[in-house]
Amino acid sequence: MDKEIVIKVCTGTGGVASGGEKVLSAFQNAISATDIEATFHERCTAKKVGCRGFCSKDVLVDILINGEKTTYKHVKADMVPRIFDEHIVKGNPVAEWTVEDDYYAFHEKQQKVVLSHCGEIDPEDIDAYIAVGGYDAARKAILSMSPTEIVDAIKESNLRGRGGAGFPTGLKWELCWRIKSDTKYVVCNGNESDPGAFMDTSLMEGDPHSIIEGMIICGKATESHHGYIYTKAEYSLSVKRLQKAILQCYQKGFLGRRIFGTDFDFNLKVFQGAGAFVCGEATALMRSIEGKRGMPRAKMWRSAEKGLYDKPTVINNVETFANIPKILMKGARWYRNLGTEMSGGTKVFSLSGKVMNTGLIEVPMGTTLREIIFNIGGGIEGGKAFKGVQIGGPSGGCIPAGLLNTKIDYETLAQAGSIMGSGGMVVLDETDCMVNTTKFFLEITQSESCGKCTPCRIGTKRMLEILDRITRGKGRDGDIELLEELGRYIRAASLCGLGMTAPNPVLSTLRYFRHEYEAHIREKRCPAAVCRDLITYTISKKICKGCGACKKVCPADAIRGTRKTPHKIDQSLCVKCGTCFDACKFKSIMKV
Amino acid sequence: MRVEDCLQLLINQGVKRERMEETLQKILEDYRKNEGNIVTILQDIEKAFGYIPEEAATWFSKKLDIPASRFFGVTTFYSQFHLRPRGKNIITVCRGTACHVKGSERLINRLLIELDIPDNDDTTSDQKFTVEKVNCIGACGIAPVAVVNHEVHGKVSLDKMMKEVRKLKKSNG
Repeated sequence: MDKEIVIKVCTGTGGVASGGEKVLSAFQNAISATDIEATFHERCTAKKVGCRGFCSKDVLVDILINGEKTTYKHVKADMVPRIFDEHIVKGNPVAEWTVEDDYYAFHEKQQKVVLSHCGEIDPEDIDAYIAVGGYDAARKAILSMSPTEIVDAIKESNLRGRGGAGFPTGLKWELCWRIKSDTKYVVCNGNESDPGAFMDTSLMEGDPHSIIEGMIICGKATESHHGYIYTKAEYSLSVKRLQKAILQCYQKGFLGRRIFGTDFDFNLKVFQGAGAFVCGEATALMRSIEGKRGMPRAKMWRSAEKGLYDKPTVINNVETFANIPKILMKGARWYRNLGTEMSGGTKVFSLSGKVMNTGLIEVPMGTTLREIIFNIGGGIEGGKAFKGVQIGGPSGGCIPAGLLNTKIDYETLAQAGSIMGSGGMVVLDETDCMVNTTKFFLEITQSESCGKCTPCRIGTKRMLEILDRITRGKGRDGDIELLEELGRYIRAASLCGLGMTAPNPVLSTLRYFRHEYEAHIREKRCPAAVCRDLITYTISKKICKGCGACKKVCPADAIRGTRKTPHKIDQSLCVKCGTCFDACKFKSIMKV
Repeated sequence: MRVEDCLQLLINQGVKRERMEETLQKILEDYRKNEGNIVTILQDIEKAFGYIPEEAATWFSKKLDIPASRFFGVTTFYSQFHLRPRGKNIITVCRGTACHVKGSERLINRLLIELDIPDNDDTTSDQKFTVEKVNCIGACGIAPVAVVNHEVHGKVSLDKMMKEVRKLKKSNG
């Protein structure tokens, strides 16, 4: 009995929130408490890994015995002793707790390039990264490649900016390399603020070294020696793991002076943003690193010419950098062939909302939305009907059922009225009101508008006011046309990407779901029964058993009735919070 | 107010001030050592005091000869900084898209009612609870999400949230 046993516990943000740390320490305790034989402790290790992707099944635990993998789902600390005893000691997996077919279906259509290490290696251990070929690409780039060779490889790979705009990465690096300057900067944009997106944070948590390696290579290609990783302070786990990874790199000599014995120096720092959506915009982000208000500037120069502290700067997204080492190691052509003609490689998406399998996925460019939502995502939760998918967060648009066969690419998504964005994908079902959802997106862009330019500052405010009155049943004739007109002006006249894309959710829902706006305005009715001012909660006398569950939970004391007789809602007191709707086991409460 | 109370208050404030000076001095040293900037200074102040006391910002403005307006400009720009003290317990409800479609707004509304937080405010009058929204904390796979005193809770139902609030109310007397 000298099998090698590895236990991998998910400790991404989702994993930790579901109790990943406790599960991990339960396994570690179990290992150290066992004394079946002397060599056991050397052969059996429990370690943390990054996001496994399938967050709705967290905490996920892999147990590898001599390479043979068994995966458990929804593991809690109190389940550990049984798994340990039956599986690890006796060798019989606990069948009732292992993952089912949907777990394998979720992974089947995916192709993991950027995420290949995520969920496999310990993100806080540089040796684990080196063991899977980490820093080989950086070594190759620094020791045997010239800046032009690196730039050419990236250009050939057809890699485009994964932050959403899709600017060719190789071209960006070349522009920066051509400019002569004593100081240049490499900046990694990890200010992932699109609500509904968690790709970058998962990467920073799950595989921080691949990002650092990508940045070192970029430093070599553009001949710059200083780097910043800009991330949100809210992402505390990302910050912690990145800082740890950077420290390890300095110790190993992958960062600092004379890397790999050459005369190439590269220094890297993490900068924690202070919470501003607009700082995801490149010029605003650079102002923020300088310690100023994060407001964008007019793009008279590219960042490659005048960026951070007015020096030439390459600024790329987290995922873009994480792709670089793979391209150099596996070849530009291989990477290019993974994708479509227009853009190479794969794209990571965070799939969330009303879909069965929520989580982090990676698919080749050109995969259809239908494959993503129905094959990987497992379809809609609760057997409801699919209504739309919002791609690109508040800057993107909503794509309806009719366009599910759209192949994912920067151009095709733009044609459909959306954007690639950083990769947030939120699925909406028939119970979601499109007007309300749109209002929600506009609330974000409006409150996050930095206020520098008028079209964005005032335009989004006016649009929000109109949407607000529509959802309150006070919409007027002509509101739809007004929204369209305002949207066009804001798009054309705003200074930065935030303003230019802010009308997207409105314009795309007006294009595909106009009838919902019309129902709100003309009939004062919310077809999905979501908008608070347009619905009332009532209790069906026929179904109500008089159990009193609703009465007990009502925060406004608006429910009247004696036990075992049908209850009633006092409409003058009801705050329409919907608590009773959830509390009723008999489904006797109606939303009309 | 009685004379003794007045005296006590003055002493308390004095002590606080002395400590404040000490803390600010430390932040200043750190700033010089690590080539910080206004944002990093404010982040340190926020961490030390839980908010940005006006005196702290003016203190730095004088020490560094940077107009105080720059400090307040940056403070009001970023959502991480607060100019008023915050509650002892901080409940942050994520209102990212995924959380929104899974009912985070109802969570927020219920919390505001349950904790009796005044309109247009985010903190209870006894300063025990602050309820705030955040755009996205990146745990959309387990929406809706709430962060209660730095601990992330996933798949939060109204029931679960209320239980958590009751627990906090009890433990704080």
